[in-house]
Amino acid sequence: MQIPNINRRKISVLLKENKRLDGRSNYEHRPIHIETGVSNLAEGSARVRIGKTDVIVGIKMNVQAPYTDHQDEGTMVVSMEFSSTAGERYEPGPPKMDSIEIARVVDRGIRESGFIDWKKLCIESGKRVWSVNVDIYCINDDGNAMDASALAAVVALKTAVFPVYDEEIENVSYGEFTKNPLPLTSNLPLTMTFYKIGDNLLLDPTRDEEDSSDSRITLAISAPKKDKMINAIQKGAETPLSEKDLDEIIQQIEKTYDLIFPDIEKKIKDIVK
Amino acid sequence: MTYTKRIDGRKFDELRPVRAEIGVIPNADGSALFAFGDTVAIAAVYGPKPLHPAHMQEPDRGIIRCEYNMLPFSVAERAKPGPSRRSKEISMVTGNALSSVVDLSRFPGTVIDVQILILQANASTRCAGINAASMALAHAGIVMKEMVSSVSVGKIDDKIVVDVDKDEEDYHEGEGATDMPFTLTSRNKNIVHLQLDGKLQLQRFKESYEAAKGACDKILKYQERALKGEKINENK
Repeated sequence: MQIPNINRRKISVLLKENKRLDGRSNYEHRPIHIETGVSNLAEGSARVRIGKTDVIVGIKMNVQAPYTDHQDEGTMVVSMEFSSTAGERYEPGPPKMDSIEIARVVDRGIRESGFIDWKKLCIESGKRVWSVNVDIYCINDDGNAMDASALAAVVALKTAVFPVYDEEIENVSYGEFTKNPLPLTSNLPLTMTFYKIGDNLLLDPTRDEEDSSDSRITLAISAPKKDKMINAIQKGAETPLSEKDLDEIIQQIEKTYDLIFPDIEKKIKDIVK
Repeated sequence: MTYTKRIDGRKFDELRPVRAEIGVIPNADGSALFAFGDTVAIAAVYGPKPLHPAHMQEPDRGIIRCEYNMLPFSVAERAKPGPSRRSKEISMVTGNALSSVVDLSRFPGTVIDVQILILQANASTRCAGINAASMALAHAGIVMKEMVSSVSVGKIDDKIVVDVDKDEEDYHEGEGATDMPFTLTSRNKNIVHLQLDGKLQLQRFKESYEAAKGACDKILKYQERALKGEKINENK
């Protein structure tokens, strides 16, 4: 997407001095707001705003046959869409590659971190398991929809409870909820997406910054037992990243994770009782 | 039980037997086959040619349109033909990796079609596909700044290995299996494609990158030999 060249130039000139158009430094996030209970008919839901970027996630569950290679485990399906409300550039139609990529990276981060105990989603081995549908909608896009989506998905899962299920007649009573939360660990899988503009790296870009960027890399991080673990990586865009970039990114994750994530954890704890 | 020996007996930094040759699709402008053991990929390049529909053309550069396709019979349980979310994502990251080394500014308004077919799959299919595609582009005589080579680095239990096969991908003991496909440029070993699936300690990332560099150097040598016309088949 074309952005005015004057903005692009300004963005890259400022970044050389570790400055940004909105006054932040390279690795500084915009304020993060977390809400839950977006829909009372969803098994779980959340809304995350990072600056003006606004993402809503709903969880719906259903009972189905397991996959043949995981007979005693539940499943998860993550979908992501930029709603046509999200900005001028988004038109109605099936999900495009940018949203498919976000869905797949969020999926891998959650799946690989062991956040959900799949075995506990099994009702009857080989026959019936719970499937968790995570539907992500970006309703206003001002950059960094990736990290906002991952955070909103995790919060929505945190709030989710099982719907009432009658094993005899194999029927889910949608709209009636149990008090049983999903089997989750306390270890939050979240993503950090680094963008490269010219020679500079930054976190949490605005839409203009994202449009000005040459390259990006997302890392899904969880921290079981304080040891930071990478659960997913996705390098995006065409411009290469150098060894120096990677060193800087690994270093920044060490620093920024400890700066931001305790705050996010606390926010989630305050909301999700 | 820790993973002290690889299931198929390879050394931790050893690739499976490689097959590499060019010219496997006579009709294409460039083509190549690349195999890591039982994982076999072929790639065909058509173009640069005028891009239709015209509104997709870019006035100052050409584009690479990449399609990764797993043939239905390439896996144990038949894969549904046609694009899936997985294959679309692989097509995209492959296209990105290739676009980073082709001088697309020389071909304004055109498209270079890169078709990748997986004939037989035993893990690391996207890496085999990228290696074949990189060779096919060079074979087509398309101006490239550098070659790219691709390898899946794995952490199997706590061991870093290269060129992960299906048995390793499915390894569940100890720390389990983590798969990291890397694609690096031939000269500076810049990263043009990187994904990860699993659990890798942040401090071990560097070690994985070093393993990828070593393996990509070996792969590059096979690619170069094949581009000189040699038909490489280490399967005997």
